[in-house]
Amino acid sequence: MRLAIDIGGTFTDLVLEKNKTLYTKKVLTSVEKPEIAVLEGVLELLHENNVEPSQIDMIIHGTTLATNAVIERKGAHSCFITTSGFRDVLDIGYESRFDQYDLLLEKTLSIVPRKYRYVVEERTDVDGKILKPLNIKNLDPIFNKISKEKFESIGIGFLHSYANPKNEIVLRELLSKKFPDIKISISSEVCPEIREYERFTTTVINSYIKPLISRYLDNLKKSLVNKGFNCSFLLMTSGGSLTNVENATDHPIRLVESGPAGGVILATSIAKELDLKQVISFDMGGTTAKITLIENKSPNKAREFEVDRKSRFKKGSGLPIRIPVIEMVEIGAGGGSIARVNKLDQITIGPDSAGADPGPACYGLGGQEPTITDADLIIGKINPDNFASGKIKLFRKKSELAIREKISKPLKLNLEMSALGITEMVDETMANAARVHAVEQGQDTENKTLIAFGGAAPLHVSRIAEKLKVRKIIIPTNASVGSAVGFLLAPVGYEVIKSMRFFLRDFKPKIVNDLLSKMNSEAEKVINIKNTSKNFNLERFVYMRYFGQGHEIKVKIDNRNFNLKDTNYLKKNFEIEYKKLYGRILPHAEIEVLTWAVSLINKIKKEKKIKPIKSKIYKGKSQITKIINVKKSKFINTKTYTRKDLLPGNIIKGACVLVEDQTTIIVSDNFQTKVLSNNYLEIEMIKGK
Amino acid sequence: MSKINEITNQLMWNRLLSVVEEQGQTLVRTAFSPIVRECGDISAGIFDLKGRMMAQAVTGTPGHVNSMAESVKHFMRFFSIQHMNEGDIYITNDPWMGTGHLNDFVLTTPCFKNNKIVGLFSCTSHLTDIGGIGTGPDATDVHMEGIYIPMLKLADKGKMNKTLLSMIRQNTRQPVETEGDVYSLAACNDVGCLRLNDMMKEFEISDLNQLSNFIYTKSVNAVKKEIKKIPNGVYKNSMKVDGFEKPVTLNATLIVKEDKIFMDYNGTSQKSLYGINVPLSYTRAYTGFGLSCLISPEVPNNAGSLSPYDINAPEGTILNAKYPASVCARHIIGQMLPDVVFGCLEKAIPDLVPAEGASCLWNLTFRGQQKDNKSIFAITAVTNGGTGARPSKDGLSATAYPSGVKGTPVEINEAVAPLLFLKKEFKTGSGGKGKFRGGDGQIIEIKSSLGKDMEILAAYDRIKFPPRGRKGGENGKPGLIKIKNGRKLNGKGTQPIKGDEILVVETPGGGGYGLFKKRSKDLLNQDKENELI
Repeated sequence: MRLAIDIGGTFTDLVLEKNKTLYTKKVLTSVEKPEIAVLEGVLELLHENNVEPSQIDMIIHGTTLATNAVIERKGAHSCFITTSGFRDVLDIGYESRFDQYDLLLEKTLSIVPRKYRYVVEERTDVDGKILKPLNIKNLDPIFNKISKEKFESIGIGFLHSYANPKNEIVLRELLSKKFPDIKISISSEVCPEIREYERFTTTVINSYIKPLISRYLDNLKKSLVNKGFNCSFLLMTSGGSLTNVENATDHPIRLVESGPAGGVILATSIAKELDLKQVISFDMGGTTAKITLIENKSPNKAREFEVDRKSRFKKGSGLPIRIPVIEMVEIGAGGGSIARVNKLDQITIGPDSAGADPGPACYGLGGQEPTITDADLIIGKINPDNFASGKIKLFRKKSELAIREKISKPLKLNLEMSALGITEMVDETMANAARVHAVEQGQDTENKTLIAFGGAAPLHVSRIAEKLKVRKIIIPTNASVGSAVGFLLAPVGYEVIKSMRFFLRDFKPKIVNDLLSKMNSEAEKVINIKNTSKNFNLERFVYMRYFGQGHEIKVKIDNRNFNLKDTNYLKKNFEIEYKKLYGRILPHAEIEVLTWAVSLINKIKKEKKIKPIKSKIYKGKSQITKIINVKKSKFINTKTYTRKDLLPGNIIKGACVLVEDQTTIIVSDNFQTKVLSNNYLEIEMIKGK
Repeated sequence: MSKINEITNQLMWNRLLSVVEEQGQTLVRTAFSPIVRECGDISAGIFDLKGRMMAQAVTGTPGHVNSMAESVKHFMRFFSIQHMNEGDIYITNDPWMGTGHLNDFVLTTPCFKNNKIVGLFSCTSHLTDIGGIGTGPDATDVHMEGIYIPMLKLADKGKMNKTLLSMIRQNTRQPVETEGDVYSLAACNDVGCLRLNDMMKEFEISDLNQLSNFIYTKSVNAVKKEIKKIPNGVYKNSMKVDGFEKPVTLNATLIVKEDKIFMDYNGTSQKSLYGINVPLSYTRAYTGFGLSCLISPEVPNNAGSLSPYDINAPEGTILNAKYPASVCARHIIGQMLPDVVFGCLEKAIPDLVPAEGASCLWNLTFRGQQKDNKSIFAITAVTNGGTGARPSKDGLSATAYPSGVKGTPVEINEAVAPLLFLKKEFKTGSGGKGKFRGGDGQIIEIKSSLGKDMEILAAYDRIKFPPRGRKGGENGKPGLIKIKNGRKLNGKGTQPIKGDEILVVETPGGGGYGLFKKRSKDLLNQDKENELI
């Protein structure tokens, strides 16, 4: 039996896997000491299903705690030591503004202020040659400051340390002898890649959250053991694979956005089950929506992510971290996001959310601002008497008041049109984000399948599909706790990335072979996790581009020793990939090799392809809900069913509402809905529409 | 207009913004020139059949954006709408019809739906090398500055103009990259057109007239509404900057009259002998940008939002230099113009206007021999000074304003050129003192990593005349360029650096705002603790 735990900002989701059946629970997160809510919730869930802690074989955990510690600046008292002459790299950043027109713009400054950034005499050059060894004689002033300030954590980042980590390692050894209790992170280990700003920032954030995460993981593990759990404990990473506690404690940076990564794994697994080649994973919760592209049954991976984005989740407004991540775009559009009218008389959405307290106006907890949830209620998508199976009472009047005051009045629209304006705008925002994200990956959104999960996604997905010209939508079972379900499907794995830059014509097989085999052993060392089989897949990649370009592309290469003849092999593989992305190859341009990646991932069980099933029109009893039809701009009677009543094979043609315990599925009249043999909903555009 | 139409129009407007965003992204992803791919020196936009800009990608720099807005009208003059064919692409780098210097290629592509022309996509990016004397201000006429492409067809009904492409290849030190960039510009317009067709199909419209009028009217009204809040009056300002052969005076008179603004640069210095002259379109671009930042930052940039601003400069002045003036480094003076605008409006809206900043980019452009003694390296590393303090906040240290480009990482600079950076840190105390501090500039020390002689193509300002403070705030520290423990260098022009010399560059700090004695104790303590003063 396995257990998945996903700690989010508001809710902690729990999923128990017992005899291949999933049992779920949602509890409020205990923000100060998250392990308390986890423990209570887990024990309740086990009790409800007659399971003893000792029966659990494996716990898999993902969390936004690491992200939140950064956003809320709740990390450790820490300092950063760097090369003399470069004390301000962390604040100089990109030297640019993320918003061209905002004269009052604030930049996200480094987590470690200038006063805690120290410099030492040392220098390595771009080829890894040490121009100046670390001067160990003049370190006393820094040692004194460290003792005086009582830092809990130290980050070290030197120029070009990705090419040669020696000076960083020497300093780490000196420091750990002198201060055995202080945690140390060095940039050549956390992020061995060229570009000092990104490497240093990643190192600083790693060192900032290290004491907190290790303390938390320690506590959680201990309390679980105390309650009688005696099983392996794995953590979800931002790259979409699992790792052990020791490794997570060393590189907590790899836990950032580990929650949403679980959702993407779920979507990937569904893509395999249903044999879908082009998928958009769409995860919409209370605060944000996350969109990921899944191509040929594997999610797009990236090597950079931005944490703590400022206003409107604007690109470039956060701190860049360079780690393997699942590529996703996150926008401030969730059920609680607030709608407003701007100076142009346009409706804008979010990025701020009413959260759980005070929540949307209709919760009646004092919220005055209209939210997406309020608009959904007015246009008929949400039934105020049956929200969360009737456990939360909603006040329609409060939604009306908020929308009338904040939207209808300034726009001189009636209530219904105002509400429709809000939902149309949020759906358009999400569709736009998906479209632009696709282009950044060199793709478009047509002919893809949307896989929707998270509490608010089923309410909005059919309209977004129309906007994106997507013809098929899948809504899995347990959609509202999708990320935690995904944890149970994740592979155990680790990825090592190293920079080594040269022109392809200067390819030196021996050096590359040595590097790759070193990377292999590093990955194998990390992966040494008990309870997992020996079935590991080793994959190697190289990032290349035409010399002169700024964007490299990822090329898969064989897992073998290379010789000089392989220059052509590498060239050919690059050209195939380039042509796929940009249409034509450039005959005169030189090819440059930048970075190597080795990833070790255990082979997971092949998803069972689902059985086809005979379908027939569902004729069960229905009720009527009045929902505004976008094209006709008026209320239309829409048939409403209880999701549980539908059986595999059942089909509903046209618009309908399917009510579930934790969410509601809205289907517009362009679609027909079918229950698949595994109980997923397949919502397909009716031909000719 | 019915209410639901209003919402549909808003949706289409949003969609159009994402269409041009896609257009811009395609350009950045496939470009070769580092200043495009690393720093984002591009712009991309869509125009209606009257040549009005409807939307523009938010990436890109103001100098490009607002001058490109005008350039499409020139294309329409040379290739009239009724003679445009599907598959045509038009090109120019004319500084006076494009975006102000030869390095910027502007491409315009007519977009068709069902064999009917519906709009035009235009884009521009900065190409690293186009031959001539190189990317510096040394030339004394425009022909020394590189290849000059008149209004031409780059493609005719889908067929690329091979003659033109070989001319371009032959007239640059970087043929592969330059040709690659031209293809990248063409590709980005194509992507824009495809997406526009999708949008029109989805919203079931057959032309853009009604939408374009909607965007125009909404934007113009939104800007006018903001202008009306500014008291009517005549506001003047004068600013002195270093210039090349002699100091340059930038004089401006700004008139606010109901819902319109008139800006005139009467009294500004005559054109320079060297390549720091500014074509009028570029003057309008940066002046308009300064006005937008202050008055209507929330209104998306388009023909409507720019129309209430009427901007002029007398012919023959440095801000309206005519052919054959050299214009390669027109950004130095052009990027000063938002500060001139701010100085005018300080008297009208005193509580919104920041102090002066370093303003022009401090690009480190080097040229010299490679390790192999045969080939030549050339590199432009983007760096910046500090911005002016704001009425409620300190200025931003080492940050570009008004330009929107990014800086280049030290490790990347050392990877692409034989340079060794010994220092790149804040120049502490360089931001002007005040209730709010100006942003700090930087101190940068560089030498050849090979110990070989090289050249710097300097194009800097605010060395003699530092950024001024406002409301009693002190001036920022001026910039400086010199050899360590040795001679001073000129702020402009190509100059040699010996193999054993260390170049020191100090970028200017921004001006301070308000009296220093009013600075809060907390902020002062923070400054001290962080060793910033």
